Amino acid sequence: MLNKERAYELFERARKFSSADDVEVLIGGGKSALTRFANNTIHQNMADENYDISVRVQFGGKTARASTNKFDDESLRRTVLAAERLAKVQEEDADLLPMYAPEGEPASDVVLPQRRFAETAAIGPAERAEAVGKMVDVARRLKLNSAGVYAVNDAADGIFNSRGVARWHEQTLAEVSVTMTAENSSGWQKANAPDVRELQPAMLAEIAAKKAVESANPREMAAGKYTVILEPAAVLDLVGFAFWDFGGLALLDQRSFLNNRFGKQVFGENITIRDDVYHPLQAGAAFDAEGVTRQRVELVRNGVVKDLVYARGTAERIRKSEFAAQLGTVKPTGHGFALPNEMGEAPLNIVFELAEGVQAKSVEQMVSETERGILVTRLWYIREVDPYEKMLTGMTRDGTFLVENGKVKGGVLNFRFNESALHMLSNVVSFGEPVRASGEESFDMVVPAMKVQEFNFTEVTKF
Amino acid sequence: MMTAVGVDMKHIADWALNTAAVRGATYAEARVVDERNRALGTKNGKIGTAGESESMGVGIRVIADGAWGFSATEELTKEGVERCAAEAVAIAKASAKVKSQELRLVPEKAAKVDWTSPCRIDPFTTSMDENLELLTRIDATLRAVEGVTLAETNLNFRRYEQWFYNTDGSEIHQTRTVTGAGYAAYAFAGNELQKRSFPNSFGGQWQNKGYELIEELKLLENAQRIGEECVALLKAPQCPEGRFDIILDSSQLGLQIHESIGHPIELDRVLGYEANFAGTSFLTLEKLNRLRYGSELVNVVADATEAHGPGLGTFAYDDEGVEAQCVPIITRGEFTGYLSSRDTAAMIGRERSGGNMRAESWNRVPIVRMTNISIRPGEKPLSPEELIAGMDDGIYMETNRSWSIDDKRYNFQFGCEAGYEIKGGKLGRLLKNPSYSGITTEFWNSMEAICSREHWTLWGTPNCGKGQPQQVMGTGHGASPARFKQISVGAAYKGK
Repeated sequence: MLNKERAYELFERARKFSSADDVEVLIGGGKSALTRFANNTIHQNMADENYDISVRVQFGGKTARASTNKFDDESLRRTVLAAERLAKVQEEDADLLPMYAPEGEPASDVVLPQRRFAETAAIGPAERAEAVGKMVDVARRLKLNSAGVYAVNDAADGIFNSRGVARWHEQTLAEVSVTMTAENSSGWQKANAPDVRELQPAMLAEIAAKKAVESANPREMAAGKYTVILEPAAVLDLVGFAFWDFGGLALLDQRSFLNNRFGKQVFGENITIRDDVYHPLQAGAAFDAEGVTRQRVELVRNGVVKDLVYARGTAERIRKSEFAAQLGTVKPTGHGFALPNEMGEAPLNIVFELAEGVQAKSVEQMVSETERGILVTRLWYIREVDPYEKMLTGMTRDGTFLVENGKVKGGVLNFRFNESALHMLSNVVSFGEPVRASGEESFDMVVPAMKVQEFNFTEVTKF
Repeated sequence: MMTAVGVDMKHIADWALNTAAVRGATYAEARVVDERNRALGTKNGKIGTAGESESMGVGIRVIADGAWGFSATEELTKEGVERCAAEAVAIAKASAKVKSQELRLVPEKAAKVDWTSPCRIDPFTTSMDENLELLTRIDATLRAVEGVTLAETNLNFRRYEQWFYNTDGSEIHQTRTVTGAGYAAYAFAGNELQKRSFPNSFGGQWQNKGYELIEELKLLENAQRIGEECVALLKAPQCPEGRFDIILDSSQLGLQIHESIGHPIELDRVLGYEANFAGTSFLTLEKLNRLRYGSELVNVVADATEAHGPGLGTFAYDDEGVEAQCVPIITRGEFTGYLSSRDTAAMIGRERSGGNMRAESWNRVPIVRMTNISIRPGEKPLSPEELIAGMDDGIYMETNRSWSIDDKRYNFQFGCEAGYEIKGGKLGRLLKNPSYSGITTEFWNSMEAICSREHWTLWGTPNCGKGQPQQVMGTGHGASPARFKQISVGAAYKGK
């Protein structure tokens, strides 16, 4: 594995090849391995190791980036010159700030939890095959067909610049997802964690299998508005689309659903959301792609949008803009993407908190309190239909159940939904305990299961 | 074969294949990739993207103990490659601990080939000043339209050079040059955000071409119209809800093909190998040569050959050494073919792979992928104007805005950027937020007319995601405007 000292040495070598006012280097990569199974057989099994060095140069108000995975002097020189050529042909951008200088930044008293575990890094193909074997055993015992992945990453990311930034982050992540398929039904589970010892592949396989068995012979229900109980993965895949609009640049660009809504009641009073990379169930580095320390930010309190996240350049532009008075005190929050970019920033360490007075309920409790509704395991192929109303379409998948008179009454054919994230988060009547959850349409979050009223299913498919 | 960085590819192949054989592999392949990308973009008159990237490494795939193993490394030394090959064999042997049948590959004749995609103007030699000037002028033209609140442009070049060797004796060197470009205008007012893109949404048009593509696209010439249409959408009436005859422009039809034909014909999906992520398919094996997929006018091919055109799915050999082919997928409406690989073809008793294995780069394993999945144009001359003239009451939709389809590829819903009312064979009012939905086979069976060859465009979709870890691949889709009977329109807004 590349370490901070070697990475810094690479930065120094790259810097010497540049005549730019300032040089910044992002270095990232590591080892990754993934065992993939289907039809109760491992059919794809891979490992790779790769590191990229990405050099940004800046001449006054001009900046550009180039990257390579070759670290010899000739390649570094070629990469630096490529970035310089791209920068020099530009017009000056008066809004481009000099590279970040951390001098004077107050020391943070928040400590990032341990995110690299030797136990995770040590997982090899034999251990992955053994874990997969346990999941396949569950399928065979119940005469089901299993498919899924067991993946392990051991990664490092760093940023160094000629104004004194030198940040480094190491992290492991182990991930399991499993789908169990029966003749006309299926069930799914997914989990990940920096510490592999927190994963329980066989237990996930058992839950997925139970869903496949219990949703067998699904019945067709008419499309319409239903009370739904969304498991955490379904919640995060849907609400994740909203958070790309919680950056200051999205507001400046007038492409955010928060334009004309900042400071207003956007969601129900029981919705409180923050961005918190330091949360014990979160993952990621405590700095952004300019080297700025990531702050905790309260985004939504009791349904009112309280704050956004800001890259350095965005914060400066906001202070000079028509939005300055509306947004109040604006400071860089450490959520910026690598420059130059079009997106600015976004909060990607979302944590839902239970509002004061809200008692967490288990999914079973929510079911027992539901007269008629739909229990949803997972959502799929979600896309934005209306960006300002945050209306999203997608499908249910791998475990969709009818709930009647407080009981799960078997599987139903999958629905297409067309639902606004604003409407959905204004109609939540029960919450589960927030957990670290992972889906396939959005980034991982700490999010609860939710019982939502008036969820809009518009069509039914054939399975 | 030597690269610019002075590495002898045959040496790398020998190190990889010999080590794999010594360690117990019964089949091995080494795929060395050297790729270079440039991305330029503007946003509201400023630089949005300015970057170059390069990446090089080798991916080694082997069969040992009847199972697959794959390992990849950037370290192209003898020690690094041999270690990588040994790891691939160790991984294959671990795979063999959880298997239900022996892996078998259909045969493929060994090939020694050197192929380069046609490229008239090397995009990496064009002036970056001029590249940026073009984008800046488009950006300014869009923003000069009153009401446009955001303008974005992009220009992308890629050179992808690959050396493939396997233990069957193949030595295949291929170089593809890809160019892409496009732009979008946004208009925000009140509680509404509208968007118009050119020549297509989500990155524009992409092909296996050089800078000549940019010259063909007439980007600047269309910028003012696109800006004006974007602003006009704010005041346009909402597209109605109900059952209507519809006409789709060729770019939207290209995406319709991608989602509701291209993905369900992937044999790995059909056989369950994507069940955990991308999904399976309604096209189960008994449907081959028996299912009426569409009307008699629906003729679709999977064509990776150079004769099909400079699509993002054009190559000489796929990434497991199988020659590019043209596979009939739907023939006069009947379902006639799958996309396959050497192992999936063997599983269904075929004698040869369709040549559809593609990998994102050196560090990803090849998987079954679309090549150029295209609908044949109508045989009789038919223009878009004639297509519209043949419609009494309907809606014309163009340029995709949203797309979604279930995991067996039955139920889909698409939104488009702009719609137009058609009354009495004439194009009428602009309509905002047009969308349509349906069931795949019902939709294709409702196709009643398609424009002829001169209105056919080979579109590039640069962002198709599939596999775990997810791989992004470019695919090609040739289509001309087509008309469909009694389609569900506007369900997306039902109950809003």
